[in-house]
Amino acid sequence: MSSTAAVAAHGAHAEHHALGFWRTYIFSQDHKMIGKQFLFMALFMMAIGGLMAMLMRWELAFPETQVPGFQWVPEPFMYEGAIPPNTYNAMFTMHATIMIFFVVIPILVGCFGNFLIPLMIGAREMAFPKLNMLSFWVGAVAGVIMLSSFFVPGGSAASGWTSYAPLSALAIYTGVDWGQNLWCISIIVLGASSLMGSINYITTIVNMRTQGLYFFRLPLVIWSLFITAILMLLALPMLTTALALLLFDRIGGTHFFLPSGGGEPLLWQHLFWFFGQPEIYVMILPAMGIVSDIIATFSRKPIFGYRTMAYAMVAIAVLAWTEWGQHMLQSGMDPALGAGFMFATMIVAVPAALVTFNWLGTLYKGNIRYTAAMMNALAFVAMFVIGGMSGIWMASAPVNMYLHSTYFVVAHIHYVLFGGSLFGIFAGITYWYPKMFGRMMNETLGKIHFWITFVTFNCTFFPMYILGMAGHMRRIYNPQQYDFLKPIIPINEFISISSFVLGAAQFLFLANIVWSCFKGAKAAENPWRANTLEWTTPSPPPHGNWPGTAPIVYRGPYEFSSPEVAEDYLPQSLLLKRSKAAAD
Amino acid sequence: MLEYLYFPHDISTFGPQVDWLFELIFWIVIVVWAVVMIAMLVLMIRYRARPGRKAQYIEGNSRLEIIWTMATAAILLAVAFMSRSTWADIKEHGPPGQVFYLVNGKQFNWEFTYPGPDGKFGTKHDLTIENELHVPVNKVVRIDLTSKDVIHSFFVPNLRLKQDVVPGHVIQVWFEATETGQYEIACAELCGFGHSGMKADLIVQSQEDFDKWLKDTYAHPPAPPAPAAPATPPQGASPK
Ligand code: HEM
Ligand SMILES: [Cu+2]
Repeated sequence: MSSTAAVAAHGAHAEHHALGFWRTYIFSQDHKMIGKQFLFMALFMMAIGGLMAMLMRWELAFPETQVPGFQWVPEPFMYEGAIPPNTYNAMFTMHATIMIFFVVIPILVGCFGNFLIPLMIGAREMAFPKLNMLSFWVGAVAGVIMLSSFFVPGGSAASGWTSYAPLSALAIYTGVDWGQNLWCISIIVLGASSLMGSINYITTIVNMRTQGLYFFRLPLVIWSLFITAILMLLALPMLTTALALLLFDRIGGTHFFLPSGGGEPLLWQHLFWFFGQPEIYVMILPAMGIVSDIIATFSRKPIFGYRTMAYAMVAIAVLAWTEWGQHMLQSGMDPALGAGFMFATMIVAVPAALVTFNWLGTLYKGNIRYTAAMMNALAFVAMFVIGGMSGIWMASAPVNMYLHSTYFVVAHIHYVLFGGSLFGIFAGITYWYPKMFGRMMNETLGKIHFWITFVTFNCTFFPMYILGMAGHMRRIYNPQQYDFLKPIIPINEFISISSFVLGAAQFLFLANIVWSCFKGAKAAENPWRANTLEWTTPSPPPHGNWPGTAPIVYRGPYEFSSPEVAEDYLPQSLLLKRSKAAAD
Repeated sequence: MLEYLYFPHDISTFGPQVDWLFELIFWIVIVVWAVVMIAMLVLMIRYRARPGRKAQYIEGNSRLEIIWTMATAAILLAVAFMSRSTWADIKEHGPPGQVFYLVNGKQFNWEFTYPGPDGKFGTKHDLTIENELHVPVNKVVRIDLTSKDVIHSFFVPNLRLKQDVVPGHVIQVWFEATETGQYEIACAELCGFGHSGMKADLIVQSQEDFDKWLKDTYAHPPAPPAPAAPATPPQGASPK
């Protein structure tokens, strides 16, 4: 790699890190600090999104009653604590928008991408540190715009996170005026932030890998982030276009999506899902990468089928572009076309199943250590299996006709996004916390949080499959208005009660993050005895990442329990006498 | 079996096909899931860390990976092929219609227009009723769906039928109910603050009852529904 010169030039940086408060914590150009900034922003947003989920669950179990403790909310948002329908619509819209765009993606891509890429490829910084800082701050502006939309007259957007036109295209249809405009603007701005991030990640990974770190020696988490960045780079322009057209319809009087002026409502769905389907994989691929690293580390074994894992992720990313119509099977799109999308959707389950198989293969003949990080990673696997398999029903077009737009979809979403991405995030934070903050997270608290979350997560979301089978539509605010949904009222109550426990349990995780930051045991350089490069520098790493020279790589990232050495791990950068020849 | 999973009672001719596919996938998933979970639990317990032991260095096994991949692909493609024909029967062709209706979705009601004995829409025989769809049993009903404002979705759980209702489009669906009785029609696409509760009744009657109802209703037609505010007129809304 040609980066040695750049690394040497950068090395001087490491000495003078006496930057002021503002340059260190606020307008930082250090990729590690930017990663943490994304993390904290996302955790803050998660609390808001979670609160809205709790309110929705109250409404669904005890419709049109007063939410305890919410009498103070002014009209027309709530009426003495009771939630009116338009507020409910605004809540699930903002819940999903926040969770997807401001929680899962910022943590997986913004936090882990920034923190891990340079450290794991042996680079001292991102390729474009200033752009990186800009990316975070543009993202923060998008967050402020999104939150401000709660306070404009008419309230925030209320047409679902998918914002189907024409509902979203004219204020009269929802009664929401600037709320929806701000929603569009916020996501356009956030898209700009993500684009900057993507370009940075791609450039960094292509150009700044340290000596000896070929593509097929990259940890899978870097592979996944690389693929994710390419997906975002290609998908986001589509969303930006769609949002701009929607804004024109709303404030410019155009009719791109309004049939009264010759527009086409289905155009929005095509544009949105052409972006949305790759976006869905953006939310799961990095979690797959994280989990692969963690499972290999704690099984003390190489990941089973390293190359196949990388190829499978590439395959998922390629197939992502052929599937957008799976969301539109009942939309009025030509049914013959729908049949084509059914086949495309079934096919993507193949690489996903392969990846799962390889995780199980990694456990085989391992020496598995059940840390909190590992438990979350294994939960990811189990939940992802359930979430993924439930997709088969929905991929079958005739069955989709019954299940589309029901709670079956809601259950599926949450098994992959909460059971999948979010458990992956818990695992990743627990695993890299020592490197981020220089202290270990509390294991006992981590395990308590894990078990409560795991149990109540399943109690909350598994019964939603049954609701879906009973025909329970999603996005309705009072299921008790329907006679055919009367038998499942008790299930709705059960779900809500477990969701309250689930929500409350997340404070344990937040508390662990805060408490461990000050009181946790000091972390050693390589507390998990892992192989990748981030573990070859002090925790937390200094400015410039390595106090001395940057590490050189001699082998792949998963050489656990290698017969070459007595220990059960073999760092990528460790020079063995025999492998020296192989390196050059 | 599906009753135990809270499926609403099926009353349509294609419903059993849908339910059969659901059950087929159900058994495939249950079996595969059980195998995977048992394997995972066994591995997790069997290979938990024990002091003094070292994991075995295994990098993978391409043969196993290929077998597993091929097996999944085969199962999934089989499911897709089996779904393909049912899908074509329901949404692509289907039998010729015997009774015709025009359905307008609007915030937040369903409007059902019966063409009268001449079978043509847009004449003085048109009979428009809100939130009540009367159909005779064992007859193929063909419905033209369209919307006056936003997207709705015509969902009849007991018929296993769902179709989005899109302004500017006229989308035809069909069904044949096999049992008389009263069932619910729901809107399954978010359409605004009144989405929840946007519902109607499907009343399946014997041919005699249906004819009697028609006669009575033509004798005392209901007041025409109030025009919806931001309406796009349904164009070309006649049965094919
Ligand atoms: C305590 C945890 C959570 C609870 C109780 C919860 C609850 C809900 C409920 C009740 C809905 C359905 C609203 C409706 O259709 O009427 C929903 C929708 C959704 N949630 Fe969650 N949620 C939680 C966490 C999450 C997380 C972590 C994510 C993201 C990773 C997420 C993403 C979504 C998405 C994408 C939807 C679909 C929204 C739509 O209908 O367009 N949720 N959630
Ligand atoms: Cu509706």
